[in-house]
Amino acid sequence: MSTLTALARARAAHAGRAVPITAVRHVHLSEEPLVLIPLMQAGEAAAPLAVMAGTDRDAPRLLLVAQPRNRDQRFDFLTALAELLVPYIAERREHTETVEATKNHDEWERCTDAPQLILPNPGGVEALRLLGRSARFRTVDGPYPVDPRVPLLGRYLTWFADDRAPMPGSSVCLALTSVLAQHWATGQSALEDQHLPALLSWIDPPDGMSGSEAALRAEDPDAVPPAGPSTDPAFDTGVLAPLVRAQEEARAAEDMRAVTKAEDELKAALTAQLEPTWRTMWQGIDVLRSLPAAASDLLRWQVDRGRFTDFMAGIEEGVPPQPKRPSAVAAARRLADLEAAQQSYDRTQAIDDPLVLARYRVGGEAFAGRITFVDAERQETKGKRAWPRPLVVLHTEDEVILRPGVKLASPARVNQTVRLRAVRPSETGGYEVELELQSGMGRGKTPEEGSVPLVGEERCYATFLAEQRGTRPELPESDKTPWTHGGPPWPHVPRAEDQAEDWQ
Amino acid sequence: MPMSPSVPQATAGAAAQSPAVTAARLDALRGPVAPRSHDARTIAALTVNPGCSRRAVLDAAGVDKRKLSERIGFPARYGQSPFAITRGLAFEKQVKADGCAALIELLRGEPLHFDVPEHEYVDLGVEPDADPAAPVSVDRAARYERTRQLFARVAAGEALLADHPLLRLDVGGRTAYVEPDVVALSARPAGASAGMPARLYVAEVKSFAVIDGQADPAKVGAAATQAAVYVLALRKLFAELDVDPRIVADDVLLICPKDFANQPSAHLLDVRRQIAAVERQLARLPRIGALIADLDPAVDFDLAVDPPETKGEPGREHRNAAELTKSLTMIEARYAPECVTNCEMAFHCRSEARAAGAADALGRSVRDSLGGIDSLAEAIAVADGAAATAERQEAARLLRAAARAYEEASRTAPRAAEPEAD
Repeated sequence: MSTLTALARARAAHAGRAVPITAVRHVHLSEEPLVLIPLMQAGEAAAPLAVMAGTDRDAPRLLLVAQPRNRDQRFDFLTALAELLVPYIAERREHTETVEATKNHDEWERCTDAPQLILPNPGGVEALRLLGRSARFRTVDGPYPVDPRVPLLGRYLTWFADDRAPMPGSSVCLALTSVLAQHWATGQSALEDQHLPALLSWIDPPDGMSGSEAALRAEDPDAVPPAGPSTDPAFDTGVLAPLVRAQEEARAAEDMRAVTKAEDELKAALTAQLEPTWRTMWQGIDVLRSLPAAASDLLRWQVDRGRFTDFMAGIEEGVPPQPKRPSAVAAARRLADLEAAQQSYDRTQAIDDPLVLARYRVGGEAFAGRITFVDAERQETKGKRAWPRPLVVLHTEDEVILRPGVKLASPARVNQTVRLRAVRPSETGGYEVELELQSGMGRGKTPEEGSVPLVGEERCYATFLAEQRGTRPELPESDKTPWTHGGPPWPHVPRAEDQAEDWQ
Repeated sequence: MPMSPSVPQATAGAAAQSPAVTAARLDALRGPVAPRSHDARTIAALTVNPGCSRRAVLDAAGVDKRKLSERIGFPARYGQSPFAITRGLAFEKQVKADGCAALIELLRGEPLHFDVPEHEYVDLGVEPDADPAAPVSVDRAARYERTRQLFARVAAGEALLADHPLLRLDVGGRTAYVEPDVVALSARPAGASAGMPARLYVAEVKSFAVIDGQADPAKVGAAATQAAVYVLALRKLFAELDVDPRIVADDVLLICPKDFANQPSAHLLDVRRQIAAVERQLARLPRIGALIADLDPAVDFDLAVDPPETKGEPGREHRNAAELTKSLTMIEARYAPECVTNCEMAFHCRSEARAAGAADALGRSVRDSLGGIDSLAEAIAVADGAAATAERQEAARLLRAAARAYEEASRTAPRAAEPEAD
């Protein structure tokens, strides 16, 4: 953790209220996000209990499994979830825009929107991943035939929770606690920040209460039900277990009126557990919406839209479902993608947001100050040729621990590389940093207008902004995977074993 | 490096008090109630946050921490869902059915390919000639004796599969009984040379799922530490029988449901690291004498309640909430946010740490990033320019830089979005 964030946490604890650690919002918020709160049955690997979901805060839909250990009811539940999700996703596939051809890519059609799921916490995303894993290999025929939408839903959920959610900078599947904690420092620990009602209490407490008081109250599961995916064990013991039993007994006795009554009670109990979280989710979204979007927001969402288009096109072309384990080449490619995305996300956040950049200043990777001297005419000559190499001196109060020769760039002009020539303590305190501009000044012998900073201008220079962008490692085609890495992967064949995978 | 005051050196402590004096003091700390004995779970918990004197003393004295936390108004909210319990029991029953036939099959099959001889299945939980339908015997001494005899036969070369064995471990001078889920199996790993003797494996049955070869790392970690406790206890038993303790394998078998089914699968876990961690903590416990040597004689955690004189009235508590809390504050705690998942006292310690404005309440990483300054108020004051002591100069420099950078950045406008994204 950076000292800046730690100090913000200390101030939050002291003041009893969260402290912002970003100036802008670094995730995209769709105009119509789909909020989804999964509750899972305790003790089972992926047995859904209930889901509250929808795009309209005033009209949540509740889906539930009356007997989570019953296979048919579980499939019915997944079919119902598919009925809710598939149209929402399909709608976003309808409209496309033409992307002009580039050097590496032919002209193509990109969806103008992408779906966005917002879940309470990383546990919810994990629950979604497991649901996706349990559904995507099912088939419409074979020993346990399912509705055709079930395997499709499985592939969608896998894409959201497994493919995109871990990808830095992607906003199609968000865990609200992670997003809120990315933008605010609270006066509690990171562990406690995973509790959505407590975290939001620090950021947006009810009137007349401090954040710390509200958070303490929100931790009591009797007053505020947990945001899932696990239910409160006391609720399981006191409410859920007796209702499930009553319903089973009514079914065994074939007393349909009693079955309906028990089911209604179960529905009411689960609604009461989920509704407070539902309201908290939308409150959290409102809080996030009140932040201005980062400058890179639309560009990052454009990447999400592109990936969504690719994924949907793959399904339409009939590519097999995501494998249980990726092949060697796919895994290496995935790692490289994740790393590149992280680097790019860190970079754009620092460029867009002075508060994020400030963390690097404290860590010694950046410094900021005022330009005190500029020699725009300076040149470097080699034989008859000459290049502009303007010299700039900047005065900063930051401690500069960087060595001469290091390459830097400024968020004000990210494509201009600057070399640090010398650092000396200033007579008035702070440091004088001598910099040489090396690029981003046009092709001429003299720098283009506006490409050299002016005396008096405030500038920040950071090392990581000048770093070479990661180049993708050269990887063989999948069918050329060397034997050291297991050889070429087996082609996907739907296996009877997968279709019949037990769900006890 | 100077030792922290909360962890006095063993030699100093041992000189201060004899073991008998220590035991008497620990009994006095607990008052006239039966000590809570350790089990594998609580022994495993000793390896987490070992620097906490408060928990060390409470555990050594056998104080019922759950009850104590309730009495002082910070009840620990632990509990397992009945659904999880049912599922766990059903899975264990399935693995153990027909004399653990499923378990033996798993070891012989993919991917372990162990060489497992036919085993005689012995359920040590029931008296030899008792009704098989009777519940597991509660007579621990008798069960331990049966376990001992059985393993003497195992040491002589018999292939016996022990269900419900009861093992003993010395925890801070007190005997704790631990019950491995199943079993010690003699088996030889795949590829072992013919001359290599069979080893004994502890099997731990857990009902969390392993999906596509992966399971929740926290759950696997907890299972590994518990299994390490069993390995240690089993080795101790063999040492007492004059058998080389290395007969017990460093690897344990973790039996979990595979994917979304109840079908069990076996996984081999190397628990050497956990064994070392548990051993280290057990070795540290006798030094408890040093911890309690300097305690105020007024400190105690007597949770006894005398029956009321008239029916219907509440009983008379030996110590009220305020007295118990006062005793607690006299033993130093080392709170970290992770305590909430391990220790019943956590909510009390958290409230104490928050009230004191301690950086520890925000987590170790925050405290480290504040340059090791323990008090949040001090960190803020130093950041805002208050004078810092000589050894805090480096921290002060960082904190002031952070405060200034934050302040300056708040006044800077963020980069504006370009009008056209594409």
